[in-house]
Formats: sequence, C-alpha cells, structure tokens
Amino acid sequence: MAEEKAKRLPLKQYAKNAYKYRYLMQEIVRKNVKLQYRNSFLGIFWTMLQPFLTMLVLVFIFTKIFGKANDGVVCYPVYLLTGRLLYEFYTQATNRAMRSIRNSASVLKKVYVPKYIYPISNVFSTFITFLISLLVLVLVMGYFLIKNQFTMQYPDLHLSWYILLAFVPIILLCVFSTGVGLILSVLNVYFKDIEYIYSVITLMLFYVTPIMYSLKTLARSGVNSIVMRILMLNPLYSILEMFRSCVLYGSMWNWNHFLYAFGISLFSLAVGLFVFYKHQDRFILYI
Amino acid sequence: MGQPAVEVKNVSILFNLNKEKVDNLKEYFVKLITHKLMFTEFWALRDISFTVEKGERLGVLGFNGAGKSTLLKTVAGVLKPTKGSVKVHGVIAPLLELGAGFDSNYSGKENIFLYGATMGYSRKYIESKYDEIVEFSELKDFIDVPVKNYSSGMRARLGFAIATAVEPEVLILDEVLSVGDAKFRQKSENKVRSMFDKGVTVLFVSHSTEQVRRLCDKAIILQKGQIIASGEVNEVCDKYDQMVKKK
Repeated sequence: MAEEKAKRLPLKQYAKNAYKYRYLMQEIVRKNVKLQYRNSFLGIFWTMLQPFLTMLVLVFIFTKIFGKANDGVVCYPVYLLTGRLLYEFYTQATNRAMRSIRNSASVLKKVYVPKYIYPISNVFSTFITFLISLLVLVLVMGYFLIKNQFTMQYPDLHLSWYILLAFVPIILLCVFSTGVGLILSVLNVYFKDIEYIYSVITLMLFYVTPIMYSLKTLARSGVNSIVMRILMLNPLYSILEMFRSCVLYGSMWNWNHFLYAFGISLFSLAVGLFVFYKHQDRFILYI
Repeated sequence: MGQPAVEVKNVSILFNLNKEKVDNLKEYFVKLITHKLMFTEFWALRDISFTVEKGERLGVLGFNGAGKSTLLKTVAGVLKPTKGSVKVHGVIAPLLELGAGFDSNYSGKENIFLYGATMGYSRKYIESKYDEIVEFSELKDFIDVPVKNYSSGMRARLGFAIATAVEPEVLILDEVLSVGDAKFRQKSENKVRSMFDKGVTVLFVSHSTEQVRRLCDKAIILQKGQIIASGEVNEVCDKYDQMVKKK
C-alpha cells in the first residue's frame, strides 16, 4: 500500500517543499551573480562590455571585409547584437545547468536538498546577467536611432510598440533552456564527457543559427532548400526571429514561429522534468 | 512513552553498481559492445527497523563498511531507501562532514547565509542567529575572508557553529565531535550536551564506545547491513567491546 502511494506524484508535498527551499534558490542565484564578477576590475560592467566588443569585431569583419551585410536586416549591428545576446544566454544557461549537479556534489552527498534547485537556479542567475546585458542593446539601439535623425543611415530602423512584446520570446527561451539544462544535467551525472560533446554542439549552433547572417540572404545566394529547411528547424531560430520582429523590425512576429517555439519549449521542459524526476534518486550513486 | 522523532521501518538499500566506474560515454559504449558492463548488487542495509523517541540519543556502532554512514544518509534524506520508509518528525540538522555546503570563493559571512539556506532557513532567521554563530566559531577576524583561505579546522568550526545555532530537533553526528583542537572539541561537546538538555534527539556514529557511553542512552550495532544488537547503551557497548576483542 505504501508503494502505491509513492507511485502517485505527491504534488502538494512538492509545492510545500519547493516553498521551503525558496531561500536556497535565492541564495544560489545571488551567489552566482555575485561571484561571476568578483575580483574582476570592471565588475558587472563586463556583462555589457563583452557583447559590445564582440559586436564591434563582427560588424567590422562583416561590413568592411565581406561587405553587403546590411541586406534586409534593417540595421546590421543591432541584428548581430540581438542574435549574440540570445545565443549567449542560451549557451551559458544550459552549460551552467549541465554542470550544476556535479558541482554541488559535496552538498548533495550530505544534506537533503531538492536537486532541481541547482539547474533551475543556474538558469535563473544567467537570466539576471542576461537582463543586465540587454542594457547594451538599449544603448546601441539608442545610438543608431539618434544617428538616424541626422543621417538616415538606417531608414527602416524605428521603435514600435511591438518592443513591449519582446518579453514573450525571452520567456520561451528561458523555458527552452531550462528543459535542455535539466536533460543535460542528468546526462552529465552519468557521463562526464557530455561537457565536451556539448561544447562542440554549441559551437555548431553558433553557425547554424542566423546570428551573423540572415536566412534571407542565404536563400538568395542559392542554398539548397533542404538545407534551409533544416536550418529553420532550430528552435533558437524561431525564438530569435520573434525577438527581432519585436525589437528590430517593429512588426508582429510570424505566428508559425510562435507556435513552433512554444511547442518545442514546453516539450523540452516536459521531457527535462520527466527525465530529471526519474533519475534524481540515483544521482548520489554516481557523483 | 514519548513521541517518535525518527521512525525507520524495514529499510533496505540496494546498491547496483558497476564493478569499474564508467563515467564517460566512450567507455560506456566500448564496454557495452564488448559485453563488459557488469553490475554487482550489494545490499548496504537489510531490513533495518528502529524508532528513536523525542529526546533520546541513539549511538550507532559498527565496523567499517557495516552501513553506518549509509544509515545516517538515509535518515538525513540523502539516500532513498530501496524498500521500507523513513519518517523524521521535526527539523533535522545533519552534521555529516562539516562545511560541505560551503562555496570556497564566498566569504565566511556569505557562507553562513548560504549554508543556512541549504538547511531551509531564511536570511532573516539566520541574521538573528548571526552574532551567535560568529562568536561560537571564534572567526570574527576572518569572517570577510573567502573560505578557500580557511584551514580545515576553521571550516569545521564555522560549519558546526551554523548547524547547532539553528536549534534543530534532530541532530545527526557522524564523528564530528573529533574536529578542531582540544579546546574546540571540548567546547563543541559542551554545546551538544546543552542541546541534550533542551530535548534534542540525536543519532551519533562513532567507533569509540567510550564516547557513545558518555553521550548516548541507547545504542545499536550494525554488521553487514543488519542490526545485530540493540538496547540500553551499556549493554550494547559491552557487547561491541567483546566483538572488537574477538576480532
């Protein structure tokens, strides 16, 4: 009889437990954000400086050396920055979540703590640094909007009310990253080399996702339509396009992107939670 | 009859472990293909049942590998029993290897709050205990120094101070009373004793029957995952001493 009871999900107890450990969640998020910039001279300023500098480098390479990058992307520097910021958030969040269980082995071996707290709070702390890094986007966009008043360098760049909807793709990205992070954290408990494999995957993702180029220019240059289709399957692409619609193009997103991103995000979260739930009691034997 | 604080019912724990540790994909596939993926079953605990009542102090004796730490980890909720159930009534503070929850880049002060949160306490509550913790650990001058620069004794002192300051109802002591210098050892034993007077329930693991006799009122002996003796502390300790002599 006791076993039958255990088989049903005691949701009420879960909620109670999660509520009890909310302080731990807060403390870990606080710790991650604090420690990331401790002992560095520029501190939290790095969060903004780093994407800004890489944007400058990439803009220089693509406009001055390869040329013609501005085709149909409204404003290439902003286009690039939006892609980079979202990509960086995804990779950092999933990477940290992946390592979180192994990194907190010393705690998990000795004290009872709900284990999902570690991957989830790591996604959350990355989210906070991501929000800070969004400031650089605001500054760069502001710069070009003001410059537009005088030179009309980017005639299509304008602010619209759609920018207020930008939180939707960000939330979808959070959900997606949490799901992937949970799955990776479980895999990493059993197989250490997932970390190396995943670093190759994220590198691939950087080129597969239209961060530096746009799919439109790719299609025009005669890339095989099957390859195009495969590139479009990438959920990061849908989320990124939604974000760019709101921020850069100033229009409503394509609802196909929304449906696809929404479906994939929820699916990844569901799989992540399921896998994590099934395996969490065995972690202790492997870490 | 008092109220039960810890109820352990028919607990068995099965470890299903690889003979060799396979922790990367490459090795896993190589072993899978060459059929070398062997698992060994190992019952670390077999059908353990006991109840500790509120305010009772139970000593757990046994040779190395008898399952003492496994038992404590099960009570602390770190390990889930394969069969049976464990119920703990009240707040539990595991003192298994002190300072395990510290982040080495964090200062002593920050770690107090982190460690407190690991045990489920709010920042506000820990703040109210903060002075007591710092004073007991004698680390006032080093409280803003990152824990990575602490000596192992300092870490243990801080861990002990936090875990005892939060007034737990059930205390799990895994040989922790042997940390630090003689002075701190005396101090921590006194602290634990003062907690006894407040009616704290204790599970205490030790190899020394002398210490168990001094601190506990009941004891059990574990051997190969089974309880082979339980009862009043002096009886059980005598039996354990005989076992040691025979060996």
